[in-house]
Amino acid sequence: MATTEVRGLGHSVKRKEDERFIRGKGNYIDDVTLPGMLHLELLRSPFAHARIVSVDTSRAEALPGVVAVVTGELMAQHNLAWMPTLSGDTQAVLATDKVRFQGQEVAAVVAESAYVAKDALELIDVEYEPLPALTTPQQALEDDAPLIRDDKEGQASNLIYDWEAGDKEATDRAFAEADQVVELDTFYPRCHPSPLECCGCVADVNPATGKATIYMTSQAPHAIRTLFALVAGLPEQNIRVISPDIGGGFGNKVPIYPGYVVATAASLLLGKPVKWIEDRTGNLISTGFARDYHMHGELAVKDGKITGLRTSLVADEGAFFADAQPSKFKIGLFHIVTGSYDIPAAHVAGHGAYTNKAPGGVAYRCSFRVTEASYLIERLVDVAAHELGVDPAEFRVQNFIKPDQFPYESATGFVYDSGDYEKALRLALEKLGYDELRKEQAEAREQGRLIGIGLASFTEVVGAGHGKEYDIAGLRMFDSAELRVHPTGKAILKLGVKSQGQGHETTFAQIVAEELGIPYEDIEVQEGDTDNTPYGLGTYASRSTPVAGAATAVISRKLRDKARTIAAHLLEASEDDLEWEQDRFSVKGAPDRAKTIQEIAFAAYTDLPDGVEAGLEGVHYYDPPNMTFPFGTYAVVVEVDRGTGAWKVQRVVAVDDCGVRINPMIVEGQIMGGLTEGFAIAAMELITFDEDGNCIGSNFTDYLLPTSWETPAFELGETVTPSPHHPIGAKGVGESATVGSPAAYVNAVVDALAHAGVRNLEMPVTSAKVWEALQEAGLAE
Amino acid sequence: MADTAIEPMAARTTRAVSVTVNGEAHAAEVEPRLLLVHFLRQTLGLTGTHSGCDTTHCGACTVLLDGVPVKSCTVLAVQADGREIMTVEGLQQGAELHPIQVAFREEHGLQCGFCTPGMMLTSVALLQENPDPTDEEIRWALSGNICRCTGYQNIVKAVHHAAAAQANEGGS
Repeated sequence: MATTEVRGLGHSVKRKEDERFIRGKGNYIDDVTLPGMLHLELLRSPFAHARIVSVDTSRAEALPGVVAVVTGELMAQHNLAWMPTLSGDTQAVLATDKVRFQGQEVAAVVAESAYVAKDALELIDVEYEPLPALTTPQQALEDDAPLIRDDKEGQASNLIYDWEAGDKEATDRAFAEADQVVELDTFYPRCHPSPLECCGCVADVNPATGKATIYMTSQAPHAIRTLFALVAGLPEQNIRVISPDIGGGFGNKVPIYPGYVVATAASLLLGKPVKWIEDRTGNLISTGFARDYHMHGELAVKDGKITGLRTSLVADEGAFFADAQPSKFKIGLFHIVTGSYDIPAAHVAGHGAYTNKAPGGVAYRCSFRVTEASYLIERLVDVAAHELGVDPAEFRVQNFIKPDQFPYESATGFVYDSGDYEKALRLALEKLGYDELRKEQAEAREQGRLIGIGLASFTEVVGAGHGKEYDIAGLRMFDSAELRVHPTGKAILKLGVKSQGQGHETTFAQIVAEELGIPYEDIEVQEGDTDNTPYGLGTYASRSTPVAGAATAVISRKLRDKARTIAAHLLEASEDDLEWEQDRFSVKGAPDRAKTIQEIAFAAYTDLPDGVEAGLEGVHYYDPPNMTFPFGTYAVVVEVDRGTGAWKVQRVVAVDDCGVRINPMIVEGQIMGGLTEGFAIAAMELITFDEDGNCIGSNFTDYLLPTSWETPAFELGETVTPSPHHPIGAKGVGESATVGSPAAYVNAVVDALAHAGVRNLEMPVTSAKVWEALQEAGLAE
Repeated sequence: MADTAIEPMAARTTRAVSVTVNGEAHAAEVEPRLLLVHFLRQTLGLTGTHSGCDTTHCGACTVLLDGVPVKSCTVLAVQADGREIMTVEGLQQGAELHPIQVAFREEHGLQCGFCTPGMMLTSVALLQENPDPTDEEIRWALSGNICRCTGYQNIVKAVHHAAAAQANEGGS
């Protein structure tokens, strides 16, 4: 490890980006203001499903201050009424034929101010002919269900895909031979990432040069540029996407949204910059939501061991299949559902359906449906333990994949890189005082108090690709890093990913510091500008450290190799006689004869050996050989109020193993954020719909986010099992806690009631649901 | 469909507003409907105050109005007439950061930074009223400010950190 001077891996250095944020000097999308800029607002459909009879814009156009009103018909004239999605479907930019969900974009006003644009929205007269709304995939898949996507040739039903993984026959055999079968039907409800900053863009198409500069809240600016080139037919070199500071993303800012496309088209047509800033309701009712996943799971158990796992799934994808996810995997990476357990046979089958709801499904810190998978297996294992009368911790240990089984090939085809699941679980139990707590729980029950202890021992799969197997819209999931060391030994690192709060400007500088010995303060990290950074697939699915972090380490090592050549020349020694230590090459056995990286960098521009190319710069595109598999155990203690059904979290212990930690402070921050969002999903966050398809949850009165008051305190622990294939042994951590923790909270509440026969509670576990369960179980006060 | 007659721009009335923001006097003619958050961001160019929810829930737009935290997305600029406002840009004095700014950085009390200005201003108001708050008092005081990134624990630590720094300053 490097010393504190260089501050490489393992140092909790303070974040570089904070200097601007604490001064209110961040540069978020709404802070971007260009001369002559116009403002765009979107008119959204009040109906979930309706035919558009007419759109009359004349009153809106007459309002002073209005520059243009854009309709679907106008977009269609430019062949822009529809756009491709990141999962190979199409999505309406502005509706022409029908609206297919409440909140869908119907028209846009461009005006001199956002206030006037909003005024004008009320002056657009749209006549709708309402159609029956389908609000569940079960309804949508009925034989006589109205066809939502009648725009698509050959689409005869509302079914989008059928997908399966694993070995059905072997799984059926395991179930035939089982002592016991444990089943669970559960619904992972629709929730929404709701980053505090909504989406938006400023599109600036220069009428003289044709260059389109689009400032945009995007977690994946390079991929978006390519798709824009394909959608709009613009030459790709004429499109520059800039993601400025992003006020939280959580997957909400990966897809392409109609607002981006309409604003860009408006700027192209009007020759002026056009800003679109989404309001919160627009964000909640139209952009990438999460989950809405109906799951059935079964475990086959024989002699206390899980011998088989069978699942069937139905995904509610909304009106357009618009997930950003690996194209070969229609249900994301749900087949990680065998989790931390050595299950010899598994079969996963799922299908997705169109409904009259907003599109999305894989956002919200979830790594492509790993969250749903983790929830299902961790609930199933708990139900099995209760039904078998075995302690849930011991049942987990009995079934864990053992350390000597790695690399471990799962029954659904993943090759797990490394893990020691029992170690993480035992540490969590120790920190919790598990045995003592179980005694307290029994004593409390005697006194009429309901305490519950919930565990979740999750395993994630993150860090996609490799590129042969994993792509988004055909773009292989590699990532890149470009490192330029200047003559004075300072450096710029340019990345294809994009931070939304994860602290890339600090963390990635620390990787370079570790590998190349340049102090982290001397390294500037740049991201988000497609003209000035190498191509990359972006930041989501916990992939920045596994992929771009690896690219950063590799390019640093490549430059160190070149530095060795230059050092040998400067020291008049053979390269083989040099050794590297922290920030310098020295002659073996003569540590005084040394050249620091700063001296070598200067020589790279001033004093080179013959035949060596000048400069100390390079770019590396890293295609991971495998995914990484972070894991851990979360333990939650709750107390349930028998009178009201309210439950309060008393303890949360989280032991994470994300491999080598680059900046422990930042890692812990990521974990605590995820534990909070996991709590939110388990306890309160819900986007639901009435039978007409009206979204209930369109503002923060109805869509509840946890505040500092509800959010519990967290106790963190760690184990470190490096990834064997990652250059610095890191695995990624951004999503572990949202993936792993919801099951721990729910398991805890169920555990409080389990002795009275309660085996399941559905998220969000509201007081009302618990109160009903208390009544039914005869536990109510 | 709304059939409201909307006045043309030219006919819209404006009102004079005079405010002191971060110690500096400003005067402007504004539409009566202009929200304070937009007045600060667009009229005065102080973009450190953010807008997150439009409905007074998230607190990203929190500023101090005569020393009291208000959510500037539901205050009209005209309501601030004749009053004093402090925004995040007013925390730093010369080259010296406010203790709350230092504390948020030192305790990793921010990630994306979007809620941070509002969080810091609410914290400043809390510490003025209660220089040594408990965890529970901090959590209650900040419960009108939502953070989606941090899970609040480090924000609570940051407020304690600032409280301790201010106590030391006061004692020296």
